[in-house]
Amino acid sequence: METTLSPPKGKKGRTGAALFLSPAVLILLVWSLIPLALTLWYSFQNYNLVDPTLSGFAGLDNYRYLLTDPDFVWALLNTVLLVLGVLVISVGGGVLLAVLYDQDFLGRGIARILVISPFFVMPTVSALVWKNLMLHPIYGVYSAMMRAVGLTPIDWLQHYPMQTVMMIVAWEWLPFAVLILLTAVQSLDHEQKEAARMDGAGPVARFRYIILPHLSRAITVVIMIETIYLLTIFAEIWVTTSGGPGVASTNLAFLIYARALLQFDVGGASAGGVIAIVIANVIAAFLVRAVARNLEA
Amino acid sequence: MTGSKRKFARIAIGTIGWVVALWIFFPILWMVLTGFKSEMDAISTPPHLFFTPTLESYHEVFAQADYWHFTFNTVLMSVFATGGALALAVPAAYAMAFYPTRRTRTTLLWMLSTRMLPPVGVLVPVYLIARSTHLLDTTLGLGIINLLTNLPIIVWMLYTFFKEVPVPILEAGRMDGASRWQEITVVLLPLALPGIASTALLSLILCWNEAFWALNLTSSRAAPLAAFIASFSSPEGLFFGKLSAASTLAVAPILLFGWFSQKQLVRGLTFGAVK
Repeated sequence: METTLSPPKGKKGRTGAALFLSPAVLILLVWSLIPLALTLWYSFQNYNLVDPTLSGFAGLDNYRYLLTDPDFVWALLNTVLLVLGVLVISVGGGVLLAVLYDQDFLGRGIARILVISPFFVMPTVSALVWKNLMLHPIYGVYSAMMRAVGLTPIDWLQHYPMQTVMMIVAWEWLPFAVLILLTAVQSLDHEQKEAARMDGAGPVARFRYIILPHLSRAITVVIMIETIYLLTIFAEIWVTTSGGPGVASTNLAFLIYARALLQFDVGGASAGGVIAIVIANVIAAFLVRAVARNLEA
Repeated sequence: MTGSKRKFARIAIGTIGWVVALWIFFPILWMVLTGFKSEMDAISTPPHLFFTPTLESYHEVFAQADYWHFTFNTVLMSVFATGGALALAVPAAYAMAFYPTRRTRTTLLWMLSTRMLPPVGVLVPVYLIARSTHLLDTTLGLGIINLLTNLPIIVWMLYTFFKEVPVPILEAGRMDGASRWQEITVVLLPLALPGIASTALLSLILCWNEAFWALNLTSSRAAPLAAFIASFSSPEGLFFGKLSAASTLAVAPILLFGWFSQKQLVRGLTFGAVK
């Protein structure tokens, strides 16, 4: 099918279209460029909110200081780990659960609603609930369960900070993946599945050769949207571990926050911001290109 | 024989389905239950599943903070941000979907990449700009930020929906002499309505739950529910009843809204993925 409108009024049609596009482009340009320019400017300055004697042009000092800081490497690593870990859990689990909730069983509608509920819960609340009500080493439900079977409760956030944060974030985003993938599974032609069954394809073969290929576009959508949010995870870390112990659960977003607001080092925080923006754009370039290809195919 | 085997499989799948669903939902359920416990019950070990419900915690929460004020701020901000973003995104997505140029894809990718920029990276300049324009701690200021951060995703979603609209229908409208304005409002929007509705729903949910800018750009006047909950978090960590009651209050409206609009949300969220 032809996907573009034949321009009705020749060149005028296109100019009109450009006019339609420009407000959104302009406002995003302003939004992305002005703060970016200012951040770039601060990143080359000595600028500390509590030490006014420190001022003037800093050259590359802020960057040098940051890039040689072991904390920075950890934060970078944690950022990547968090994104990948949550993607694997939510997409993998999402596919399985989508197939599960596509099956017919008693009360399926209610079960589905329960499963997608965590997506509607604000990140601060989910982090607070997990930290205090679920995983608290003394009062938490999970600790009580461990005691009930004779195990010693673990202070999860103390001993496995990154894994625990990852788990909480995955709890928030798995439902989103289920929401999208379930619709995609349901849109699959039932006759096709039936035909495969008739031909003697077992459940595994049907999953591998019919369901999974059908889901590829939906999976791309999930990866796309989740990555955008996972790169900038902040509230969950802020509420649960404050990046600690040490920098064990500090991602880039939190490191910059800690620099800017806890150490009042605007220059250093801005340098971190610039680096984070560069990384985000590199990832965006790769990801969005892959996604765009998959979505247009 | 095969009949009973199938029945068994169905029961097994149903059991797994329900166990998984309850396990995933459990933290929310427990939060709601704990909100109705006395503080003593809330921290009893082992935790009580059965208890005498009390509104103690809710009374305390309402006495400590003006819940309705926070809720009003949140609703106003979310509606403003979503409406504003849609108003900008509909024409943009229309232009990109039906008049693509060589730059269209690059523009779309660039828009999405602005969304990947960590908010904290530009916090300082945005804070300073908001302060000098008197937008600090205003619903308008926070609304504008949410509008801007959601705009790329909204444009992208609308773009994918619009691409699904068969071009001949638009052309037929044009043959009948529809102006561009009519083409959009009379032909395109009704056809893409399910998609637009789910885009709006997603945007409302994201605005409601946004915490970073809410915490950093508002203090009292314009603070939304994300800030409301933060005020109950750290110093009162061990008042689980109160914390749970406040959490339930902050989450309940959007959770109920999500439940009711779930079908609509799903219908549009999958874009062209469902084909």
